[in-house]
Amino acid sequence: MSIAMQIETENAVPAASNPIIEVKGISKIYGSDIVALENIDLAFEEGQLTSLLGPSGCGKTTLLKIVAGLLKPSHGEILVKGKKVHGPGPERAFVFQDFALMPWANVMQNVAFGLKMQGVGKAAREDTARHYISEVGLSGFEQKFPHQLSGGMRQRVGLARALAVNADVLLMDEPFSAVDEQTRRKFQEDLMRLREVEKKTFLFVTHSIEEAVYVSDRIVLLSPRPGRVSQIIDPDIPQDIGPDELRRNDVYLDTVESIWHGIKKYVE
Amino acid sequence: MTLLGYRVPMMAALLVWVVVWEIIGRFDLLLLFPPFTEVLMALGDVVTSRSFAEAIRITALSYACGLALAIAVGVPLGLLMGLVPAADKMLNIWVNTFLSAPLSALVPVFMILFGLGTPTVIVTVFMFAVWIIVLDTRAGVQNISPSLMEMAHSFGASHAERGKIVLLAALPEILAGIRLGMIRGVKGVVIGQLLVSIIGVGALFSLYQQNFLMAHFWALILLLFAMALTLSGLVGRLEKRIEYYAGVRS
Ligand SMILES: Nc1ncnc2c1ncn2[C@@H]1O[C@H](COP(=O)(O)OP(=O)(O)OP(=O)(O)O)[C@@H](O)[C@H]1O
Ligand SMILES: [Mg+2]
Repeated sequence: MSIAMQIETENAVPAASNPIIEVKGISKIYGSDIVALENIDLAFEEGQLTSLLGPSGCGKTTLLKIVAGLLKPSHGEILVKGKKVHGPGPERAFVFQDFALMPWANVMQNVAFGLKMQGVGKAAREDTARHYISEVGLSGFEQKFPHQLSGGMRQRVGLARALAVNADVLLMDEPFSAVDEQTRRKFQEDLMRLREVEKKTFLFVTHSIEEAVYVSDRIVLLSPRPGRVSQIIDPDIPQDIGPDELRRNDVYLDTVESIWHGIKKYVE
Repeated sequence: MTLLGYRVPMMAALLVWVVVWEIIGRFDLLLLFPPFTEVLMALGDVVTSRSFAEAIRITALSYACGLALAIAVGVPLGLLMGLVPAADKMLNIWVNTFLSAPLSALVPVFMILFGLGTPTVIVTVFMFAVWIIVLDTRAGVQNISPSLMEMAHSFGASHAERGKIVLLAALPEILAGIRLGMIRGVKGVVIGQLLVSIIGVGALFSLYQQNFLMAHFWALILLLFAMALTLSGLVGRLEKRIEYYAGVRS
């Protein structure tokens, strides 16, 4: 690692900056004996993209839903901007793996849904929705219904819906797993661009090591059940290279390799 | 259908049966089967008669009342069973029992309870139609993807708004249940009136039968068949307009 990268690493992992979300001593026990998560402590920095990575069934979705307020933890608490939360809130928006669009509503209505729930008037919410529909590249599809769109386009609608409510934190559960590989790559690039433009904090669950290393500022590696934090990695990928170049970059390949080593012991 | 290499339209099959009916009728063997042409002539007679208009009016009324009742009870009951597992556990076995029970056998009981009149017919229609509406509504609610409800929750939807989403998400199944309920309800209204036999088409049937007006009797049956088919066709068309999104849910 070069000196420049180390400095960057130190800047990226300051223990005492202002985390927007704090996970404190979270455990989750399903039923009486399925320990999905055990004593998780994490802090998510404002403006960063953090990936949750780990083998299937290790509790990634569970953790994300607890942060979202959709699931109650068995122990511990979630702080958002220093305040304890008891349920979903407007500062967090969720992007679902299966899109979770309303099939009877068109793209415009789906994207404006969160704003409507917040009581924003029709004209105002449609203006905002239109802006984010174009932001995710779906201009012209406002009146289309979900069944008229491809999987990739549906997930863009889900993304626009989450962006439209202007939440500070976007929680994404394997958002790209139901779309094909080409769409997925396009999505990853869009995601990185969005992070620059929107200055939001992203929590991103993925199965793919490559994807995590590519898009993340920080990767949290969870161990298999009971899920614990097994490793935290801050990839030091140079910022100024293109996507194709990046996939051949040494730092990128080394990071993927080292994470794979960390995970391999669980898989075998 | 093809015959000797020629395509025969579906109506042709019907025509064959009409001809067979006509021939059997011509033999004058059975009092029960007048020739088809005679039935056709009686058709005009039946339709224009005063008692027919009255019978149709009262039949339509009992049918509409029974069906409205079945929808008003069936949809909420189905929603309850779909949303509350405890209610489902308690009610499911009864709903299923009534769905497959020979309900005609219960009509005499209704007669004792509700008298020899329209109320009994309404209850019969209700009993025929309601259970399938309950079960389809329940299935519709249970098929709603959990993530759709989580979505509503996470974007801050109120209880009322979430109820609306449940209803809209289950709508294709609810409508399918109502369509089946409507078809079963036709059965209910005819059976109810036949057994009560002093009102509506039931009264007409017994009138024709007692006076050996077999052509009129058959004409009435044809009319009822045609009406039932038209009704189910209409509902089916309505349903198609909403069904398109049922298959898109993941
Ligand atoms: N409602 C539930 N009841 C009981 N056990 C559950 C429930 N939900 C999840 N689990 C269990 O908890 C564990 C963690 O589940 P979770 O869905 O969070 O894993 P995950 O890391 O998201 O997995 P995947 O990568 O397959 O999506 C799994 O072993 C799962 O079987
Ligand atoms: Mg998961």
